[in-house]
Amino acid sequence: MPLFSFAKKKVKSIPLTQNQDRGILVFENTSEVIRAENILKTEGLKIRVMGPPPEIRTGCDLVIEFPLIEKLYILRKLDEVRVKPIQVVPVSNTLLKPVDLFHIKDFGNYIMIRAANMKLTIDKETMIIVNISDGGCPDVPYLASEMIGKHLSDAPSPRSIGHTLCGYALQLAYEEMQTRCSR
Amino acid sequence: MLAVVGTIPDKNFPLVAGEVVVQNDELKVQGHSFGINRGTPALIAAVCKTLDFLKNPLPFAYLVGDTGLGDGSRRLYKFLADHIRTAQFTTMAFHYLQPDVDWCNRIMFAIEEIASRPVLIADAGSMYMAKMSGNAPLFDLFTPDAGELAFLADEDAPHPFYTRGFILHEENLAPDLIKRAYTHENASRYILVKGERDYIADKDGIIAVVDSPNEPALEPIGGTGDALTGIVSALIESGMETSKAAVIAARVNILAGNYTMPTPATQISDIIENIPRALDFVLNSAERFDTVKNIE
Repeated sequence: MPLFSFAKKKVKSIPLTQNQDRGILVFENTSEVIRAENILKTEGLKIRVMGPPPEIRTGCDLVIEFPLIEKLYILRKLDEVRVKPIQVVPVSNTLLKPVDLFHIKDFGNYIMIRAANMKLTIDKETMIIVNISDGGCPDVPYLASEMIGKHLSDAPSPRSIGHTLCGYALQLAYEEMQTRCSR
Repeated sequence: MLAVVGTIPDKNFPLVAGEVVVQNDELKVQGHSFGINRGTPALIAAVCKTLDFLKNPLPFAYLVGDTGLGDGSRRLYKFLADHIRTAQFTTMAFHYLQPDVDWCNRIMFAIEEIASRPVLIADAGSMYMAKMSGNAPLFDLFTPDAGELAFLADEDAPHPFYTRGFILHEENLAPDLIKRAYTHENASRYILVKGERDYIADKDGIIAVVDSPNEPALEPIGGTGDALTGIVSALIESGMETSKAAVIAARVNILAGNYTMPTPATQISDIIENIPRALDFVLNSAERFDTVKNIE
């Protein structure tokens, strides 16, 4: 029983200078941590319940350390059971925030939006997604194969079929494109 | 022989390890075919076009299906860690893999045990984990785009998604970002930065810049970076010195794009078809590619 084991043993804090590829999920209270732990472990994810690093001053005194690259997949799984973390940050530097600037490039008949390291391009007249570029996680070629050639409103969203941080960045570009095209 | 390590965007694609075969315009490894599109298939297709042009043997490939959950990548890491020590490759190109610091360290330990160390190239997820694990200086060549260069330059960023705002992804900042990446030991021996201007650099600074013909329409086309990494990997495998191979590959890639008369809707498979024509032009050109181009 996770709660019993928390009470019995001292929980180690996450060292800040290690685990460069890990992230931290911060929750409002311990029961949410336990629910999230059970769900994510059932999904076979490599997670650990830890004490928060000193920089984390919000939430309860337990956090979940997770593979940062799988952020999109993990948030989707938690969202399905309505467990919402109040903060999601990288272990390497808890003050880091996602790149939130959008770059828009007009190619005449086409428009490209870049969010962080992902670019999405559509045909302005037909609203067909014509290209997806950049990114380095394995869901990028998969997302491209599922989305290219489809109308912006018919294509599956990266949030629904992607799994990684690159997929998350593509979701931001996709949402920005939808917002701009609906004006 | 050149080995390519990467993923196929199909969760049902099995783990395969074997020589790449071209049959009826299809690429196959151990009887399993895959379409030529962005990602590792585009890299392999560009490698095959280049090696075939140079009359060198086609590459070996370690591939597995992975659509982003990382399960395929982890199976491939384990296979590599178990088998790579006895391999006899002269060049290894690591590509789309789910970044995992622990597995990266294990693979690097295994590579260190290979009797004759291959030239190591990394792009995409493999480059991310090489930086994150502190193994970047062990690689001979990284091929980042502008956003990935900013990630390499940001010593704190665990992924390009978290590159800090003061390190902007602007191409005209590339020389400063390259310097910063080397200062924090987050770059390989040589670096080939893909963009509107391709930069070839090492720890001492910019070696060359390739920026013509100017083709803005190439930027949105997915897979142009994969093709470039494939071309440079094949040129290095042919025996060409790394920085010279990087300059020639950049020129070939941009020319192949130019021959396609691209629009933002062009697909990478069309550009890859033009690689032999571009190689023919560049390798038989009177222009010298081993000279440093002044960019001031």
